[in-house]
Amino acid sequence: MDKQEEGEKPSAEWLRQRRLRSIAIALMLLVLVALFYAATIVRMGGNVLNRAI
Amino acid sequence: MTDTTQIPSASLPTADLVGGTVGDYFSLMKPRVMSLVILTALVGILAAPGHIHPVLGAIALLAIAVGAGASGALNMWYDADIDARMARTAARPIPRGRISAEEAFAFGTVMSVFAVLTLGLLVNYAAGAFLAFTILFYVVVYTMWLKRRTPQNIVIGGAAGAFPPMVGWAAVTGSVSIESLLLFLIIFVWTPPHFWALALYRMRDYDRVGVPMMPNVAGPASTKKQILLYSLALAPLGIAPYFVGLGGLAYLATSTVCGGIFVWYAWQLFQIAGDDRESDAAARRLFGFSILYLFALFLVLLAEHTVRIVTGG
Repeated sequence: MDKQEEGEKPSAEWLRQRRLRSIAIALMLLVLVALFYAATIVRMGGNVLNRAI
Repeated sequence: MTDTTQIPSASLPTADLVGGTVGDYFSLMKPRVMSLVILTALVGILAAPGHIHPVLGAIALLAIAVGAGASGALNMWYDADIDARMARTAARPIPRGRISAEEAFAFGTVMSVFAVLTLGLLVNYAAGAFLAFTILFYVVVYTMWLKRRTPQNIVIGGAAGAFPPMVGWAAVTGSVSIESLLLFLIIFVWTPPHFWALALYRMRDYDRVGVPMMPNVAGPASTKKQILLYSLALAPLGIAPYFVGLGGLAYLATSTVCGGIFVWYAWQLFQIAGDDRESDAAARRLFGFSILYLFALFLVLLAEHTVRIVTGG
């Protein structure tokens, strides 16, 4: 059985890199949400208030 | 979480793989190529007739840049075997063991899908479809099909690098036009002399990995002749935007001078027989100037169109 199959204790450095990558992915998703929000507002423009009551 | 945490064996790094940093993933996207894509796509956006809201324009530019980066990551995934054996590419994240090929593939695929969907849904479907075509062309047609099979690899594959201004243009107009085709043609015709100059002084590298670049297949003399012919075609083509109203006087002056220098460097290279140090030096000079040439032309276009938009012209 090799190291991969046994499971191995990850190093502190590996965990740190993983955490940074996770933060980067979270930030990218936030940016994507912000982009879709901004584009929606831009595309709707004044029509956002123009609806039947 | 403590340092005694056990993680599933499938997600463990290999012995020499400590896990890529954010910087490693960034370099997977070929940032230098991406910078040229951003510049040319931005010119396409600004030069196109009609109006696009600045927020949508910025989103289009971001999506095109990410799409280009994603295709770069997929290229590195597929070419990892030859990248490891070439001096120019041996330091890339996969050959260095920073990122596994599978991770690069997943990263490139996910980013491609996000870039295309973002451009298609938020800007327009034509631009999104065009970006998808560009990514597929670069990855499938160039990287997987042509690169290892024919010395015309970068001639045909060069189209992928030439599409960004057309994608930017399509983001504004939803279509293609003769002007955007002209921007495409400039990059398309520029690519062979640019890459073959590099291939001339990297011949041994390409020989070792069996990639049939033009100098390895047709020889240095034939390659130099073809470089000169492409340069002679590029110089007038580079000036053409002035005559269709895409460029102003500053562009006319820049493209004329730079086109002349480009041909001069190509002529100097053509006159050197063989593949000795003198030839390598001339090829390096041409390669370096070719980058400057394309940046200069598109930077001047960018400046002229920015001035036009700001002054309401």
